[in-house]
Amino acid sequence: MLEKALTGDKKYWGWIGFLLLLITVGFGAYLRQYTEGLTMTGLSRDVSWGFYIAQLTYLVGVAASGVMLVMPYYLHDHKAFGKITILGEFMAVAAITMCLLFVLVDLGQPMRMMNMIIHPTPNSVLFWDMVVLNTYMFLNIIIGWNVLQAERKGVHYQAWVKPLIYLSIPFAVSIHTVTAFLYAGLPGRHFWLTAIMAPRFLAGAFCAGPSILLLIVFFLRKFTSFDAGQKAIRSLAVIITYAMILNVFFLLLELFTAFYSQVPGHMHAFTYLFVGLHGGYNMVPVMWASVILAVIVLVLLIPAKFRNNDKILVPALIMLVLSTWLEKGVALVVTGFIPNPLEHVNEYLPTLNELVISVGVYAVGALIVTVLYKIAIDVKAEVGDVAH
Amino acid sequence: MKNDRRHFLKAAGVATIGLAATATAAEAGIADSALELVFGPKGAAPYADAKTATRWGMVVDTRKLNAESMEKLIEACNHAHNIPKLPLRKPHDKFNKDEIKWIWEEEFENAFPGQMNEKLPPKITQNEVLVLCNQCASPACVRVCPTKATFQRADGIVMMDFHRCIGCRFCMAACPYGSRSFNFKDPRKDGAIAETNPEFPTRMKGVVEKCNFCAERLAKGLDPACVEACEHGEMVFGDLNDPESEINKVLRNNYTIQRKPEAGTKPQVYYIV
Repeated sequence: MLEKALTGDKKYWGWIGFLLLLITVGFGAYLRQYTEGLTMTGLSRDVSWGFYIAQLTYLVGVAASGVMLVMPYYLHDHKAFGKITILGEFMAVAAITMCLLFVLVDLGQPMRMMNMIIHPTPNSVLFWDMVVLNTYMFLNIIIGWNVLQAERKGVHYQAWVKPLIYLSIPFAVSIHTVTAFLYAGLPGRHFWLTAIMAPRFLAGAFCAGPSILLLIVFFLRKFTSFDAGQKAIRSLAVIITYAMILNVFFLLLELFTAFYSQVPGHMHAFTYLFVGLHGGYNMVPVMWASVILAVIVLVLLIPAKFRNNDKILVPALIMLVLSTWLEKGVALVVTGFIPNPLEHVNEYLPTLNELVISVGVYAVGALIVTVLYKIAIDVKAEVGDVAH
Repeated sequence: MKNDRRHFLKAAGVATIGLAATATAAEAGIADSALELVFGPKGAAPYADAKTATRWGMVVDTRKLNAESMEKLIEACNHAHNIPKLPLRKPHDKFNKDEIKWIWEEEFENAFPGQMNEKLPPKITQNEVLVLCNQCASPACVRVCPTKATFQRADGIVMMDFHRCIGCRFCMAACPYGSRSFNFKDPRKDGAIAETNPEFPTRMKGVVEKCNFCAERLAKGLDPACVEACEHGEMVFGDLNDPESEINKVLRNNYTIQRKPEAGTKPQVYYIV
């Protein structure tokens, strides 16, 4: 089926060329970082994880978009999602590839990466994160490819694929839970040391991932022969709405515990986020932008009248993606380090080189999504599974 | 014929296992020789006069410390461990982002944030204190390390293997004391190490480091560099499991506090304030 990715119009090749250019530039920036060290980033002794690890955190969420389609389709027989589960699975493949690349570019000694396998250490959450991320990625590659190939041949996919599909559901939950555990089990980081971290990750993932997917569905409907169908779009919009409500609710729960209890360690990080702390204000605009966008999103998504209007739904989804990205893909990781364990406020801002590398990684993800979606859509067009 | 083949397969199998075992031993041999360079020959007592204990610990008597003595102790450590003096990454930076430090000065309220109150006597709160790795009995850094590059010895010392560390910095996120530093750049360049001490390795970029209670000096029967630099017993070092040790006498006779005991890491560095 891969040959489908090798035929396309000028626009397709133009896009591929553009992504390859971004990847090349990003790789160049990475070579600089590889030679000079992580001193090329904005990271420091005090804020030792930043933009890269934050993107890992956010993209683990995006990878979940698959399960919000797979679960209703396979467990609840929600037929409307039949056509787009493949999009969710392929999205997961791209998202996890980006996750792994963001970990790679964050390593001080990337050549020693295999030490994680040579010296497996089950007491480290990072070890388990590697296990679940890789397993989830391979599950999605195998499932997506086999189901698509069967569809092309006009037969039912093979029986052994079915257990893998069921297995992918708990694994989707596990990638968030384990990624949340990276943060939620550290004794000195009050901001992260909260049992609600995993549920927050899940809620954020289940609204952000499907939102990106739905935006792509709208894009495909406009520019290609692929139409996911009105019913699938409406169902997904409802799922997104509920997940976003939970996402905001969970954040409010954190705020209540911090400020009603008045425990200083619990309040510090939130104070830093919303009003700044000891002269550090970098995250204040980020957090307020996220909150304001979240409120607008809820106003636009909760009433069915708005949600069912595509002209309102699309901008609402864009704002949702932005809001959750600002919160999980920027603020959540950095703020865990502020104030530092000695209660100094030493701030972080990514450098240009760091951002260029990140754009390169995102371009790799976009390239994977483009190629895999191109294959899926051409196959579906071939077998006549495109409603107009 | 059939029998011969089975024999051949058996022999091949044994040979493979044998080869694997030899390879492992060879690998271990290399690692040992590298360790022996720093810690002496393998065995219970690497050097005849090595200092050994079942639980190393330290008491820092902040009453006896002053700006001058602290600087001296820090300098002793910096020299012993080839700690580079790195300039600000950018001239306008508010703090040194590349900084490496094993032992350094902090205000009382920063070292003991949960134990600060406004009515504490100024002689306590205005004194700077020395902070270093707490060599925790239950170290969070060791728990999170995905490669066992940071590990705990039987005598309690939390060590770093600079050659195994992949630089993921999970240990820096896990440490509740900010005791760990990362080599953001090559510390060997630009004369950042004024005078290299050949007794301890310099590091490469991309790995984490921290205080090691001078394990390499203990192996040679020496006190930790900072302790050795003390003139008035500002720091007491010894075996916490030996009731007759000097450190236990000091602990019995003084009220001591620990940094963030609530973190559950069981710090092995005690402070007299």
